[in-house]
Amino acid sequence: MNLTAIDWVIMFLYFAFVLGIGIFLKRFMKTSTDFFLAGRSLPAWVCGIAFMAANLGAVEVIGMGASGAKYGIATSHFYWIGAIPAMVFVGLFMMPFYYGSRARSVPEFLRLRFDEKTRAFNAISFAVMTIFSSGISMYAMAKLIQILHILDLPVAKMGLPVSWSFHLSIFISALIVLGYVFLGGLTSAIYNEVLQFFLIVAGFLPLVLIGLKDVGGWSGLKTRLPETFTHSWLGMTNPHNNPLGVEWFGLVMGLGFTLSFGYWCTNFLVVQRAMAAGSMTDARRTPLIAAVPKMFFPALVILPGMIALALPSQHQAVTVNGVVQMQSVSEDGKGLIPVKIDVATGKPALDRDGKPVLDYDLAIPNLLLHYFPTGILGLGLTALLASFMSGMAGNVTAFNTVWTYDIYQSYIHKGASDKHYLHMGQFATIFGVLFSIAAAYAANRFNNLMDFLQLVFAFVNAPLFATFLLGMFWKRTTGHGAFAGLLSGTAVAALHHGLTLPQGDSIGIKGGWIAVLHNYPSEMAQNFWTAIWAFVVCFVVTVAISLVTKPRDEKELVGLVYSLTKKPSEEHLTWYQRPAFLGVVVLVLALVLNVIFR
Amino acid sequence: MSLDIRYPIGWMFSLFGVILVLFGLFGDKQIYARSLGININFDAGVGLLVFGLVMLLLAWRGSAKLKAGSHTATKA
Repeated sequence: MNLTAIDWVIMFLYFAFVLGIGIFLKRFMKTSTDFFLAGRSLPAWVCGIAFMAANLGAVEVIGMGASGAKYGIATSHFYWIGAIPAMVFVGLFMMPFYYGSRARSVPEFLRLRFDEKTRAFNAISFAVMTIFSSGISMYAMAKLIQILHILDLPVAKMGLPVSWSFHLSIFISALIVLGYVFLGGLTSAIYNEVLQFFLIVAGFLPLVLIGLKDVGGWSGLKTRLPETFTHSWLGMTNPHNNPLGVEWFGLVMGLGFTLSFGYWCTNFLVVQRAMAAGSMTDARRTPLIAAVPKMFFPALVILPGMIALALPSQHQAVTVNGVVQMQSVSEDGKGLIPVKIDVATGKPALDRDGKPVLDYDLAIPNLLLHYFPTGILGLGLTALLASFMSGMAGNVTAFNTVWTYDIYQSYIHKGASDKHYLHMGQFATIFGVLFSIAAAYAANRFNNLMDFLQLVFAFVNAPLFATFLLGMFWKRTTGHGAFAGLLSGTAVAALHHGLTLPQGDSIGIKGGWIAVLHNYPSEMAQNFWTAIWAFVVCFVVTVAISLVTKPRDEKELVGLVYSLTKKPSEEHLTWYQRPAFLGVVVLVLALVLNVIFR
Repeated sequence: MSLDIRYPIGWMFSLFGVILVLFGLFGDKQIYARSLGININFDAGVGLLVFGLVMLLLAWRGSAKLKAGSHTATKA
């Protein structure tokens, strides 16, 4: 059976719509505010969906499916503990400062609240991070297209060697993302994120429904998987009794507090979506609206991974030259999840105990190929591509804004006309995409380099939330305090990583490169504790240095610190329209989900 | 912004829906062996079409309201 014309038609139609939106929006891009902040005029539901979808990149869809197959329903902690509370917090308590201060970016907020050096540190590390993230997203997509042989047939028809499907995927995806962001700026990126969100739901919902029907519903799935896979809180009192290898305290404090608040509350990639809203109330509603689909997303991304694991079939569908064939997975594979093949040797990869390593990343793609006939297969693959592109575009728009406002306008060329910065933003989109392509090829060449960089970013991000928390809620916090706190938090994160090692890993990129003082039961536990340590040290150092440095005049801090800022007026809203009410509803729903799947 | 995103969403999903419904009706039925015998193209197509049409309806209502609003505004 072929990946037939109908699949390609769906895919091309999608590309046409995506670019069409960019072309249509081009005429409205008159000022830099239009381009970088969508004119601060979008409705809350659009921003809310984009807030969620900007984070819905490759890591999310493929990674969460993989984790579902690896750890089961406990993966949903990344949503119910690791996202929802933070999204409610940023909406209710932090958005008044982000939106109200009229800062155009998160680094700019840091300059208003603290000082130039704190902003520079955040802006530069963030800009570099976005480039690599979008490069990694692009790389993951190209790799997947190669493994599934999606482009083999067209590449062969063009008379090119098969290996070109990798180059072609990178080139096409980069061109499309560049096209629509260059033309329509943030508005275009946000609109496409909304489109992508619905497409992902449309592609994955039928997959989950048919998969569930096959395994006999949730109860059928329960009988086919180990008990810990269908209970998210089972065995959480001891890290050795649950698949995540974490105990509840590390989970709640590490993931639920420091990591998740650090991401959702300080990462400009998501905060930018809320800043595009048309009013303060809409900006505050944005993360709260986003939280609703967010909490049900485990059903679309984690469940397929679990179904792929539960299926008895020892076969996987593979498209060779555009023809879907059933290939037998080697004995050691589980369900639809094959054994990982070592690229260098062409043999199954083995872990330290000599057991074969499973390629969990293929859980969702294999499930798509397993159930979907041509037609809807095109829709499913397009949904997958859409998720990769939305992840990429989110990074590119965050990059061009931070580059233009926080690096170029602040340190390279001050006081130019608004038109000048608008053009710089468009230009930054081009070289941002070019750098991302370079990063994608670097990821392909040097796998370790990427692991290393992601580690460095994790160190830089770990303490961030402490800085924002103190900055927004303690007026005594000073710029020197914040900067010293950030540096020491980052250093402690690195130090903690260098002194600890997850069980079963070898010394090096996984930790222990200074000395092994402590062994964690899993990598996840090590990650969570790195974040906890970084947060605590950043918090303590920021407070200590702030107390011995000169505080800023309170008049300068109006609109930036909680106690000195007038609460946003909500008199005109009836009680159920108020953000606080929506926040409570969201939290209760998340709690109910935790209880149901406990 | 002067583009209501519900229009492109509505058009795209309606189009996808029509394509899949037609393919489900007139295409080869043997391909549904893998999808447990369910004509998944037809079923999903109907779902997409309904969603697309609802989006278009909402967008039309939205722009009608906007027009009515600006009309009264100019009057006043």
